Amino acid sequence: MMPNTEIYNLRVNGKNHEVRDAWVGESLLYVLRERLGLPGSKGACEQGECGSCTVIMDGQAVCSCLVMAATAIDAEIKTIEGLTPDGELTEVQDAFITEGGVQCGFCTPGLVVAIEHLLDNNQSPTEIEIKEAISGNICRCTGYGRIFEAVQTAVATRRAAR
Amino acid sequence: MSNATKISTNRDILGASALRPDGAAKVSGKFEFSSDLHAEHMLWGATLRSPHPFARIISIDFSAAYKISGVEAIITAQDVPGKKTYGLIASDQPVFASEIVRYVGEPIVAVAADHPETCRRALAAIKVVYEVLTPITDAEVALLPQTLQIHPDGNLIRHQRIVTGDQDLQGDVIVEGTYEMGMQDQAFLGLEAALAIPDSGGAGVEMYVATQWLHEDQKQIAACLNLPLDKIRLTLGGVGGAFGAREDISLQVHCALLALHTSRPIKMQYSREESFYGHVHRHPAKIWIRHHATRSGVIQRIESRMVFDGGAYASTSSAVLINGITHIQGPYKCSNATVDGFAVRTNNPPCGAMRGFGVVQACYAHESQMDKLAVACGLSPVEVRLVNAMVTGDKLITGQVVESVAPVARCITETDSIAMPAPLAHDANALEIVGGSGLTSLPHNIVRGVGWGVSIKNLMYSDSFDDFATARCRLQDGVVHLKYATVEVGQGFVILAPQIARSVLGVDEVVIDPVDTRIGSAGSTSASRQTWMSGGAVDGACRLVRQRLFEHVGKLHDIDPLRLVIEDTDVVDMLGDFRISVIEASTGVLFEETFEHHHRPTEELDANGQGNCHVAFAFVAHRAVVDVDVELGLVKVIQIATAQDVGRVLNPIAALGQIEGGIAQGLGLAVMEEIVLDNGKMRNPSFTDYLLPTALDAPEVVAIMIEEPEPQAPLGAKGIGEPPCISVTPAIAAAIRNATGRDLPRVPIRPQDICL
Repeated sequence: MMPNTEIYNLRVNGKNHEVRDAWVGESLLYVLRERLGLPGSKGACEQGECGSCTVIMDGQAVCSCLVMAATAIDAEIKTIEGLTPDGELTEVQDAFITEGGVQCGFCTPGLVVAIEHLLDNNQSPTEIEIKEAISGNICRCTGYGRIFEAVQTAVATRRAAR
Repeated sequence: MSNATKISTNRDILGASALRPDGAAKVSGKFEFSSDLHAEHMLWGATLRSPHPFARIISIDFSAAYKISGVEAIITAQDVPGKKTYGLIASDQPVFASEIVRYVGEPIVAVAADHPETCRRALAAIKVVYEVLTPITDAEVALLPQTLQIHPDGNLIRHQRIVTGDQDLQGDVIVEGTYEMGMQDQAFLGLEAALAIPDSGGAGVEMYVATQWLHEDQKQIAACLNLPLDKIRLTLGGVGGAFGAREDISLQVHCALLALHTSRPIKMQYSREESFYGHVHRHPAKIWIRHHATRSGVIQRIESRMVFDGGAYASTSSAVLINGITHIQGPYKCSNATVDGFAVRTNNPPCGAMRGFGVVQACYAHESQMDKLAVACGLSPVEVRLVNAMVTGDKLITGQVVESVAPVARCITETDSIAMPAPLAHDANALEIVGGSGLTSLPHNIVRGVGWGVSIKNLMYSDSFDDFATARCRLQDGVVHLKYATVEVGQGFVILAPQIARSVLGVDEVVIDPVDTRIGSAGSTSASRQTWMSGGAVDGACRLVRQRLFEHVGKLHDIDPLRLVIEDTDVVDMLGDFRISVIEASTGVLFEETFEHHHRPTEELDANGQGNCHVAFAFVAHRAVVDVDVELGLVKVIQIATAQDVGRVLNPIAALGQIEGGIAQGLGLAVMEEIVLDNGKMRNPSFTDYLLPTALDAPEVVAIMIEEPEPQAPLGAKGIGEPPCISVTPAIAAAIRNATGRDLPRVPIRPQDICL
């Protein structure tokens, strides 16, 4: 077992999770994926450059690879797994599928979380606002074209539902 | 934006923009990538790598590492029971270096421990003493006869000439140049990862791995482990992109060895930095080329010398070289050629497959030349390309006749017909202006440029390799099960295969069985080959099952099976009234067939580079529009217009995704992506320092798909994965030249190349 371990609580997707015997140096991403059974957030750069690990922490989109898990004990954390009840898809998720925004899919959870965060704060983003909002999420497969389409579709669907 | 029309049908057959069956899992974080896998009592594996590009290993001391609590195993070359080396074409790369290290990042030791951090500490505690040698990092120097040979196989991996036609011809117009290309990384998002579970008693290993070619991995792992093939069972772990970088072995052998050594499941997963060291890259190349032409711009002869830096180990360098030299004429007619190509071993990181595979380098050189030729002859970039455009039936410089549909002129004219983007608005958002939100670019320094690139790309494997794919189809109760080992890396075979089955068999419910080595090989997901090869195998297996179904129905209802066809979801008598649904006709009956699709044989090139070495070709044109801040050297790509020869569109939305994605990678190579090497050491092995195109770098893409079905192709469709990333790079470079008047012989083009 690693030295310098701790027991602490994290609040993720509305539930309390006890993290036991965890090395204090673990990132939030590692704890979500390896200890809490929430592997939807992905790790691809460990430097906050690619956005694959994006989660919402107290209303802010953050790279969970850059957050020490043990410092997140008082935060409300939302991950890709917590966007909808099991089996349901959000407008953004649905649009990613129908518009061809998914290829390998590794960047997708981070992008979905980043776009949900954008649309929760800006119901009618301009094209350039969309691009800026997701410029911290790298996708290597799509060239972003179908992802832009997916966001536009999701915006329209959300608007129609209002 | 594209011209592809969506087929109006409620059935997800060929031609429809059918939606990926893995989409829901991928958007909700439930799709299991290989890095998401876990097993009870598993350990983590990690690799110690050389910090030197060339050094002798004097000693390895891991006594301190063994004392760290949680460390379960430390293995080196001595623990490799079978073959000590591996490799795709030549087996020249040690599983672990034991005497000499030949590149920075070469594996020396692997450890297994209870936590990734324990692994990191164990690696840090291992003491390796090196005698540091002077690395050979210049491919030209490596070729000199007096240079030290850095590997027992020598510094020359392969040399191939192409000599054809009049060797003395001198054109009225002669243009020449030397072009260079830096080392590009595939930079897939999903890092290398695998889970190996040992059989009890060490009899074998079950592996879940992200790869491009399960059966080739199986073969190489089995040889190193000295186990029979059937004792190494591979299942595809979810793959987060590949682009060529997963064609070679990375952590597979290490992971399997640790599992056997510890008798416990082992999970290995590279960090981003380790990923840069742990997989092969796109070959840096230096290409000298001289074109001889008439005053009207007709190409008469090409002379070229091409040097590809293969890095320390061979990987696929010899095949990359053949692709490079055989595509140096571009999609243009040419009868006379003298081409000399070298794939060279150096102490740089090993290079191998990346999307475009040798043709990217050739295309950058030939397209840069076409613009010089245009200027010399007083032609426009479009005119000079149309004057020389290849057609079906033309003979290549290898003597091979182009039998493929070759709509080169159409690719160019249709691209040319696409509307140019609007000029930069005087009130444009800062983020739309070159330089971005820093507001550093002043409007009067921004110059718009336009450039062209056109390319030819071989499809499938070449050079006499017997390239095949296997698929099995089972039909029962109206449900089709497909089984194959075709790797899904994101390209969309996972939706294409069911589309094929629905089209051939008139079913709607298609289940894809696990992708593993429990069936024959599908070959690699590379070389733009899976739609053609595995698509052909699925199509073939489904057609055999359809034949069996018709025989069954014919016998039951006393109808000649030859009169039966599939119409929508029914079996129908063409000449009568009989009709039965496929569901009903297959109820309680199992039809099962397996099919292997082989493409026609290819030949090796002879000493003069002559031979039918390729199967088929695809073509594409790109026009780039860029804004350049000529004072600061900054570039923003505004629009890419493209017309691509696709044969037939099988899934419009998936095809467009390939085109847009390939363009982004070609854009990266043109203006941002390079592994910067300093005497063999990577200076930027991270996503902070290796720059990738973001959403703000993505240009408007306007795509036209040219549908002229390819007679050789099982589905009429050509591979579409590679062409989009090939000629977009020279098109962007040409646009920057157009804006700046600079020569710019090297990509990626950096700010200092433009403004200093």
